[in-house]
Amino acid sequence: MRYLPLTEADRGAMLEAIGVASVDALFAEVPPAARLDGLLDLPRAQGEIEVERAIGGMAARNVAAGSAPFFVGAGAYRHHVPAAVDHLIQRGEFLTSYTPYQPEVSQGTLQYLFEFQTQVALLTGMEVANASLYDGATACAEAVMMANRVTGRKRAVLAGALHPHYREVCATYARFVGFELATPGPMPGEDEDLARLVDDGTSCVVVQSPDFWGELRDWSALARMCHDKGALLVVVVTEILSLGLVRPPGEMGADIVAAEGQSLGNALNFGGPYLGLFASRDKFVRHMPGRLVGETVDAEGRRGWALTLSTREQHIRRERATSNICTNSGLCALAFTIHLALLGEAGLVRLARLNHAAAVRLAERVERVHGVRLVNRTFFNELALRLPCPAAAVVEALAARGVLAGVPVSRLYPDRPELADLLLVAATETVTEGDIDRLAAGLAEALS
Amino acid sequence: MNDWSRALRVPADGSPALSEATFSGNRGLQIEEKLIFEQDAPGRCGVDLPEPPPFRARLGGLERQGPIGLPGLSEPQVVRHFTRLSQKNYAIDSGLYPLGSCSMKHNPRLNEKLARLPGLADIHPLQPLSTVPGALELIDTLAHWLKTLTGMPAVALSPAAGAHGELCGIMTVRAALEARGDPRRRVLVPESAHGTNPATAAACGYQVDAVPADPRGRVDRAALEAKLGPDVAALMLTNPNTCGLFEGEIIEIAAAVHRAGAFFYCDGANFNAIVGRVRPSDLGIDCMHLNLHKTFSTPHGGGGPGSGPVALAAALAPYAPLPWLVHGAHGIEAIEHKTGPAAAAIGRLKGFHGQMGMFVRALAYMMSHGSDGLRQVAEDAVLNANYLRAALGDNLSVPFPGPCMHEVLFDDRFLKDTGVTTLDFAKALIDEGFHPMTIYFPLIVHGAMLVEPTETESKAGLDEFAAVVKALAAAARAGDTARFRGAPALAPRRRLDETAAARKPVLRWRPAAG
Repeated sequence: MRYLPLTEADRGAMLEAIGVASVDALFAEVPPAARLDGLLDLPRAQGEIEVERAIGGMAARNVAAGSAPFFVGAGAYRHHVPAAVDHLIQRGEFLTSYTPYQPEVSQGTLQYLFEFQTQVALLTGMEVANASLYDGATACAEAVMMANRVTGRKRAVLAGALHPHYREVCATYARFVGFELATPGPMPGEDEDLARLVDDGTSCVVVQSPDFWGELRDWSALARMCHDKGALLVVVVTEILSLGLVRPPGEMGADIVAAEGQSLGNALNFGGPYLGLFASRDKFVRHMPGRLVGETVDAEGRRGWALTLSTREQHIRRERATSNICTNSGLCALAFTIHLALLGEAGLVRLARLNHAAAVRLAERVERVHGVRLVNRTFFNELALRLPCPAAAVVEALAARGVLAGVPVSRLYPDRPELADLLLVAATETVTEGDIDRLAAGLAEALS
Repeated sequence: MNDWSRALRVPADGSPALSEATFSGNRGLQIEEKLIFEQDAPGRCGVDLPEPPPFRARLGGLERQGPIGLPGLSEPQVVRHFTRLSQKNYAIDSGLYPLGSCSMKHNPRLNEKLARLPGLADIHPLQPLSTVPGALELIDTLAHWLKTLTGMPAVALSPAAGAHGELCGIMTVRAALEARGDPRRRVLVPESAHGTNPATAAACGYQVDAVPADPRGRVDRAALEAKLGPDVAALMLTNPNTCGLFEGEIIEIAAAVHRAGAFFYCDGANFNAIVGRVRPSDLGIDCMHLNLHKTFSTPHGGGGPGSGPVALAAALAPYAPLPWLVHGAHGIEAIEHKTGPAAAAIGRLKGFHGQMGMFVRALAYMMSHGSDGLRQVAEDAVLNANYLRAALGDNLSVPFPGPCMHEVLFDDRFLKDTGVTTLDFAKALIDEGFHPMTIYFPLIVHGAMLVEPTETESKAGLDEFAAVVKALAAAARAGDTARFRGAPALAPRRRLDETAAARKPVLRWRPAAG
């Protein structure tokens, strides 16, 4: 087996050094009833060629986003990732190292995480960011639990325009961790009166920007309302690239920002691994979940970095930790950091403008298709369309014609017939004029 | 596994500051590197993008007003920056990384290649399921391997990491207990457990009740059974445990747990030691998470991403989180909502479907090894650990009788009266070119050093490591404390002042004032 260095001669010599006759003696503590003598009913070892053929065969049965006009979004976005990103994250020193618990030999990881924390704080307009969480949805649930800790309250208001997966993850945590949720139903394109749901027992209000329907809103007034009642405002961002163009949550009074960072540096990957971004105000830092990297000096006074404030964390605090989280999304955070370092201020703004421009063109084209109505007044790179018939069938029909048209809202809200005609379509910098033509033509044909 | 370092204020040995020896502060291949924010030139960009044609913005007046503050760098600067940073890291690719409980084994590059195939990396979780049959087949195949290896009838794949898997497992336990109208209050957790275990139980609303270890390093069965009762929801046990020992009475323990009406959760972080030789289902386990980034070698990536599937017994399977894959009339079908057979599911734990990129790598790893190779993995991992135990046992101090499983635990009695601590000893290993072992964990022995070589180390590599550890132990006994107190002296940094870092946290770069 190509990954196992021991030879039979090695094994023999080692058993002799240990003083046992066979490797079975090392497993003597296993109860006889639980010892497997033979091999399990699974295929035997295979070489690279065979494994590549088998898994490559599975891959070939899927329609890759890059092979079709592609407008699917709803919380995961297809962007171009510069070649340097994937090259650098595959350097073995990044790929095959552990969490930087030994800072003297982990300065590479620690320094990029410090850069990552700074980038996330700048983008979101917040004071401090952690070294990442699993994904946007779990970051959202962690934000609610943090707001509960900060305020000492146990009831959160989730906007109807929050991504349904994020709502569902919060609901799962709420049931088992023990807090309450107020969850008004989805009302695409309408203004939600969330302030009326805030009372003295509310820990936070969670909104999304751009919201699930793609709409942009100013949350400043809601932030003031929340703060008047002693509650926090949590802003979720599922398309982090929007912050290249749009006023950041930190400037609207957000107390916590929970975001999905996949758009920068990370592939679609059928839903994971992704990158949870988590930012907050300085004053709440000791309530934050997840790892934090801090600047310090070494014994010679040289600048360096180390994990810090770990007394919040499970390996020190055990059952009194702020979260049970241990692993983060280190390598995804590295990809994010490299992509954003390549873009810089000028590149990020231009990339965001390209996305918005593509979405504007998309909106202008599909609005002219008979029967299609744009739900949004505003948007960044994704918008909701109301069709004259169920969107799921239209999406299947277009897929059969080689166009991946977007996400039918019924995929996420199957129990709400009033949403069945809604289609979410996203346009990024990867979408061409020709792609938009094919989508518009396909819609016109499917609806005729 | 986790460990933590105590801060050191000044070089304890008064040795010269090596960084002063050059004009640049660089030391050969160790190059000092500024932050990207300190390399900024406004307007510079490492990506060429076209200017979009004129358009009428639809942002509703919510445009950003001021600059963001991101630095501008070209591609060569970015490539050099991150290459230099990478050279400040120790990695499995550079050498032995014997972190106990972490299974730092070789990460095959075939797995990286396959995870990047466009048909797997460039597919969207919400594109029509009719366009991703190969993805569903891959996930179903992975599930089949995991179910066969564990002997369990179901596996929940969505948890994003081991601790997330624990959360998933304890949630299913609570759901099952609530469904039978028998809510319970306590979860038993051995003192030697990973910190995530008590944190998870507490997060799910349970009171954590610690169970002591016996003199052999196993859970104290009598104490455990005395704590069992009608208000105990679950036992969370790691097996092999964090002392690197197999819990030999596990079947009796499982029976006692079940007699008390509780569930038996097993922390599968150490499945590496028994894969292919023992099926958890045969031990009476109801629920066990697997760290794909440990046993099945998906890269640790400097702290993630991981993946923590949970194998479930029939009694817990109905509560598995969404989404589910089932075999239906039309082949493999996805259930994404609480309907049909998934009506009792605990709901979603994560956005979308789980860590697909990790599934691809883990499946490639399992298919490469096969049933025969995976059994060999366990045997070689255990053989390597016992070989180190035999080589070092007389020089270091072993708290519990052997043999061990995939990792060997030492305590700090061998350093008694030397003035050298476990931390010093670990830092001295850095100067010798090795990554330290896990230290100060598990908590049940004093000054713990937990060494896990894994199956991907050669005998020659182990011999070299053992020789260095022996030499260091001899140096400590000979009173050469300077070697230890000032260590590491040869790494990119000496010991970091972690007390200062925590007292006045500087968690981001800010431009210099004025």
